[in-house]
Amino acid sequence: MSGTFVGMPAFPKAAHEAVHNTTLRGNLRHATHTIRGKRAKAVTEVSDWAELREAGKRIKDHTLRHLDRYLVQLEESVTAAGGTVHWAADADEANRIVTYLVKATGESEVVKVKSMATQEIGLNEALEAEGIHAYETDLAELIVQLGKDRPSHILVPAIHRNRGEIRDIFAREMSEWGRPAPEGLTDTPAELAEAARLHLREKFLRAKVGVSGANFMVAETGTLVVVESEGNGRMCLTLPETLISVVGIEKIVPTWQDLEVFLQTLPRSSTAERMNPYTSTWTGTTDEDGPSTFHLVLIDNGRTDTLADEVGRQALRCIRCSACLNVCPVYERAGGHAYGSVYPGPIGAILSPQLRGTASEIDASLPYASSLCGACYEVCPVAIDIPEVLVHLRERVAQGGPATEKGNKVVLKPAKGHAAERAAMRAARWALSHPGALRTGQRLASRTRRLHPRTLPGPGKAWSASRDLPAVPAEPFRDWWQRTNGGRTNGGKQEGTK
Amino acid sequence: MRVALFLTCVNDTLYPDTGRAVVKLLTRLGVDVDFPMGQTCCGQAHYNTGYRHEAEPLARKFSDVFREYEAIVTPSGSCGAMVRELYPRMGERARAEGRGDTLARTLAPVVPKTYELTEFLVDVLGVTDVGAYYPHKVTYHPTCHGLRGLGLGERPRRLLQAVKGLELVELPGAEECCGFGGTFAMKNSDVSAAMGADKVRNAESTGAEVLCAADNSCLMHIGGTMARLRTGMRPVHIAEILASTEEEPLG
Repeated sequence: MSGTFVGMPAFPKAAHEAVHNTTLRGNLRHATHTIRGKRAKAVTEVSDWAELREAGKRIKDHTLRHLDRYLVQLEESVTAAGGTVHWAADADEANRIVTYLVKATGESEVVKVKSMATQEIGLNEALEAEGIHAYETDLAELIVQLGKDRPSHILVPAIHRNRGEIRDIFAREMSEWGRPAPEGLTDTPAELAEAARLHLREKFLRAKVGVSGANFMVAETGTLVVVESEGNGRMCLTLPETLISVVGIEKIVPTWQDLEVFLQTLPRSSTAERMNPYTSTWTGTTDEDGPSTFHLVLIDNGRTDTLADEVGRQALRCIRCSACLNVCPVYERAGGHAYGSVYPGPIGAILSPQLRGTASEIDASLPYASSLCGACYEVCPVAIDIPEVLVHLRERVAQGGPATEKGNKVVLKPAKGHAAERAAMRAARWALSHPGALRTGQRLASRTRRLHPRTLPGPGKAWSASRDLPAVPAEPFRDWWQRTNGGRTNGGKQEGTK
Repeated sequence: MRVALFLTCVNDTLYPDTGRAVVKLLTRLGVDVDFPMGQTCCGQAHYNTGYRHEAEPLARKFSDVFREYEAIVTPSGSCGAMVRELYPRMGERARAEGRGDTLARTLAPVVPKTYELTEFLVDVLGVTDVGAYYPHKVTYHPTCHGLRGLGLGERPRRLLQAVKGLELVELPGAEECCGFGGTFAMKNSDVSAAMGADKVRNAESTGAEVLCAADNSCLMHIGGTMARLRTGMRPVHIAEILASTEEEPLG
């Protein structure tokens, strides 16, 4: 499977496959339910969780409101600390910059820290096209890379795989990439982890160039922060001679003190840990310690367009904890691949159509990939009202309207394929604005109720394929009310019960 | 107290028994109930599908019909949440679009006066024992908009626990969405059906005869799935259980 998501089918089509894959559904159900329970427990341990959530929201909102100022401050701090800052407007530009920087070192391989930003821009594929091999060192990313697969979860990219599948991938593929898997590898977690450790160690010790993202960038000191569980990230951040960090412009926080909030909320929301095992920070370069060359590539790639939208901009508060994925009933059934993006689940359903626009079939379908149950909003540690943004984006898809594309204000036309729905909504609005028309419709439905089909044509077919339709009653309520004066007269008492 | 029943278009058309049960229950508790004939729909289906501008005239109409009443009671958590949570947001959006305060001002009077039925019983009337009798084993599904939109919390369970003869059993995974989600059930039918089937399997595992909820839209989806899967369980709206008495038991 390729690493690109372009040309993905719309969400319902992709989900159709996933829903009927019983192994996948079993894997997802087990994983999401386990982490869901643990997260809830980890959060209740903190007495001021609601305040932390509010503080995180405020810090992010404040930073986004003054992003121009903080980005300039960050650039100054990074430069003063011996780093070099590069600005990339889109994925292509970011990939060109990173490729150029790697080539300038004369190397043809890099080790990578798990990073959503580099997934988003398709960096591995871009480097591969230039003859540079990028090795993922996060265990789950390694599984995905060796399996020629795509990540399906923000935090646990191989969540859709079980132990048996992972054993098979390791045994089959590791030799192609470096040190082969040990003979007679079983599917016990300890053996699988040891196989990965041996395979990766070779890469850490050889690599001259490391590529990372960052969870946070502190504007006041130019410090970058990576929060991780395995320690592979720290190896990549300290061992190579050159470090290239690719980070979205929204990852900034003004001060070190602001980190205090997120270093509490992020681990508890994501892995249900009180504290993550490794928090690495790096500031420019230091003599005889860590990389001697440091580049920061700041990517926009749709972020300032998202920032321009007053309802949708809250998606940029996201700290990529993936709590919303783990709690989402739609994600649990459809799996991460159905979202057609490196950002799956509820956050992906609002982030991708904003970063990429709603022109493609998959992006236009994502705002509808939710029952609006609100569980995602409830667990979000920075209080992103995901249902609100979903409805806002549905409006953009169904009715068009103002948006910002590449910095220009535009008025979008409604997406294709919504004409019939629009007409139906308009007709329903008309009927519902006229109680007489509603009543006529109700009476017609009541009188013809014996003739109603058991299955529906058109869009209703999807309903009757798996559910029985309710029977239309002999008399709508308003007719009963009028006939019996609200049950006060003639037959009201008898009619009052079934 | 002059209370208006906002029955919702779905209940009016498909579930008149629920409406009659609300009238019977509130009348028994001494409330003077009126059903304003001009009422139709709160506009939720339009709003949530992305047709906010089509929802606006319906919201204005809702306000015109109901604004004079002391309280507006609805047996639907999701339509209640539409009025309470989303009408103010519609007003804000209109303001942000440079259309002034007119919509916000029109909708404001109905927002704080609109109550979901169980909320009205517990918070306004101050009752948890409504004198009901229902000798069945029941499991309760808290619907998403009632649970997370309105924050109904334990109110429905407290009301059910006080019903004579009723045995309330806990539903595993109760707080997970049943998969209805309005037009979601049609637009993402496969996922919706899978969620519904899981909800029904969980309900079945309780051994209850009845699955009860405070929203007929969700019950339509769950009940339709139950019928298709031939579970033998039946969906019943909480209003009908609370209206049932020893003298006039629910059939």
